[in-house]
Amino acid sequence: MSIAARLGAALVALVALAAGLSLIWLPHDVERLDIALRLLPPSPAHPLGTDHFGRDMLSMLMAGARTSIAVALVAVGIGLVLGVPLGLWAAANRGRWLDEVIMRGNDLIFAFPSLVIAILITAVFGPSAINAILAIGIFNIPVFARVARGGALPLWTLDYVAAARVAGKGRLLISVQHILPNIASLLIVQATIQFSLGILAEAALSYVGLGAQPPTASWGRMLADAQTMIYTEPQLAILPGLAIVGTVLGLNLLGDGLRDALDPRLRRAQL
Amino acid sequence: MQTAAVRLDGLTLAIHGTTILHGLDMALHPGRITALVGESGSGKSLTALALMGLLPDGAQLGGHIDMAGRDLTQLAEADWLGLRGTEVGMIFQEPMTALNPVQSIGAQVSETLRLTGTDRAEARRIARDRLDRVGLSAIGLDRYPHQLSGGQRQRVCIAMALARHPKVLIADEPTTALDVTTQAQILDLLADLARDEGVALLLITHDLGVVARVADDVAVLEKGQIVETGATEALFRARAHPYTRALLAASQPAPRATRAPGGETMLEARGVTRLYGKVRAVDGVDLTLRAGEALGLVGGSGCGKSTLTRALLGLEDMHAGSIRLAGHPGGTAMARTDRARISVVFQDPYGSFNPRWNVTRIVAEPFHLTGRPDDWRARVAEALVQVGLGAEALDRYPHEFSGGQRQRIAIARALVTAPSVLVLDEAVSALDVRVRAQVLALLADLQDRLRLAYLFIGHDISVVRALCDRVMVMEAGRIVEEGPIAQVFDAPRSEAAQALVAATPRIPDAWLEESG
Repeated sequence: MSIAARLGAALVALVALAAGLSLIWLPHDVERLDIALRLLPPSPAHPLGTDHFGRDMLSMLMAGARTSIAVALVAVGIGLVLGVPLGLWAAANRGRWLDEVIMRGNDLIFAFPSLVIAILITAVFGPSAINAILAIGIFNIPVFARVARGGALPLWTLDYVAAARVAGKGRLLISVQHILPNIASLLIVQATIQFSLGILAEAALSYVGLGAQPPTASWGRMLADAQTMIYTEPQLAILPGLAIVGTVLGLNLLGDGLRDALDPRLRRAQL
Repeated sequence: MQTAAVRLDGLTLAIHGTTILHGLDMALHPGRITALVGESGSGKSLTALALMGLLPDGAQLGGHIDMAGRDLTQLAEADWLGLRGTEVGMIFQEPMTALNPVQSIGAQVSETLRLTGTDRAEARRIARDRLDRVGLSAIGLDRYPHQLSGGQRQRVCIAMALARHPKVLIADEPTTALDVTTQAQILDLLADLARDEGVALLLITHDLGVVARVADDVAVLEKGQIVETGATEALFRARAHPYTRALLAASQPAPRATRAPGGETMLEARGVTRLYGKVRAVDGVDLTLRAGEALGLVGGSGCGKSTLTRALLGLEDMHAGSIRLAGHPGGTAMARTDRARISVVFQDPYGSFNPRWNVTRIVAEPFHLTGRPDDWRARVAEALVQVGLGAEALDRYPHEFSGGQRQRIAIARALVTAPSVLVLDEAVSALDVRVRAQVLALLADLQDRLRLAYLFIGHDISVVRALCDRVMVMEAGRIVEEGPIAQVFDAPRSEAAQALVAATPRIPDAWLEESG
């Protein structure tokens, strides 16, 4: 693996570790406000200081990582679970009406600006983490459908698929047994990229107040809260900003590294 | 003899510490064709890449490549840029991927000229001249690769390689991807070019028939060492080295002994017709295949033999006609139990298996048709034994096997449901000659033991002779000639069969007579 990919993996691991740790232990309770402790500078008790409500910044960042990862993970899951079967099925029915229906439906979803629709959905159904997940997840479906179909089409022309057809296997069985395992690497790479986009989308929705609601900690809302004090207390905006940038950068580096490691064509070129 | 255009002097090559070439000595002379013959893995393609300075990362050269006083092994990449195209040109195996699909052929042929500052009009004039020279005078410069046939594309590649009159031309299996008639034309063109333009041509091939047809000199490469070298005819007559003898023997498989006519009809097709738009890809084909019989199906690319095969296997619908398998409906109308009676072995030993499955699972796949019998594991093992592979193969994955072993696995998969008809779709075309001889022997032996009916789709007459009793010649969707092997190949009546026999490169019998 390249140095960039290692760096990406390290960043992602750090964020995942913080989020995992926050499930069982946080340095301080993020839901308890204590104005007496507001805007403290970094100290042994509060390594990154406190915010304007006296909440510990490190604890807020850790709990925010948990929110971001949960939202992005479920959104990617929705895309994978619904998009991949659609793409596989479209490829298995290439050129028939079913292929057309699935792919034109995909185009339709692609035609909408995703974040605007996500704002619409959360505005209509009320702001909450669940609605943010759904809004982001819906737009992951066509992405995975396209990647799955694109990866599957060339495989359908290979001899082992013809051999499976001679062995009497239908499209469904061939898609599951022969196609899916051989496009898994494509899907893994795409999943890391969609994951980073999901983190960004969650931060954006929270920033405009349509994501996870207080008292749940969220990087996007930490940014929004900090913007009135950006000249006096810039660290309140810089810290969640760095968390978002670091996570997205890490995921993208990891995705690139995985693509290089998993793509047999690139691997052969390195020999 | 003139001075050599290129001289290899003790050339060694190691890649990541593994030695590939062990001290090659060879000279290429202007106007002469030197064939470099060897099996896959012998290092012949890497020799070509060394001459072009296109070796992969981690390659370490030793010895000398002397070209007009310069040692190419010491050249920096910047110096190579001035050399490729001008001094050394190359033609690749696969004309389908060697051309850029979004550039016109005129632009691609003139590209090397434009790179060195020839003005546009002059470059186009030269491109036209080169394309005329390779026999494409009727083809406009503004055509795109997809509008051309495989043979025409290979001609464009040759014109590209010749654009700047290189002194040395390297052709790496230039005709392997073409059918025999096109192959003969391309070989004649290369021979003409070498003589007329004084190019030193290095022809890399595995086909000794091709060597006998065009090469002046031969170098036989075995595992990175040249074991024998000399003028073509003398080398073939003397065959001093055992490896040369083995290659020659394997490339001339003995014709199959005449056998009694087969038994009951296993596969019968009447009037099979398949259209693609207005093209009649398969046009009213009749075919009868009996138990224990081997029927060859030969023809050029695009003659419809693949489509016919797919229709017989039930992979493709037909527009008219009927297919019956052992008295039951065949083709796409086959019942599941009948499907188990016909199976297939494909050409490509690399694309035939799901790379993520182990051999047990691969070979057992056809049981999907019949349901897995209780003793399925024993049957898989038995099928592997029948093709000469041991039980240790069961848990391994396709990439752990050589091309010949993979083809054995493909045969085992085809045999596991105990079918009566086996379709062999160019099943030995991708194999080295010695491996091919072994697989052919295996196929003949299996047929005798299991009374299988073979439908063998092929393009190589010597291979069809070695396995088949009867042969059908197909052209433009129709069967134009049919009969016993000896009759069709020794006294062909149809034009298509005559052209096929004439185009097949073969070693003159006189060269192979035992000199004692």
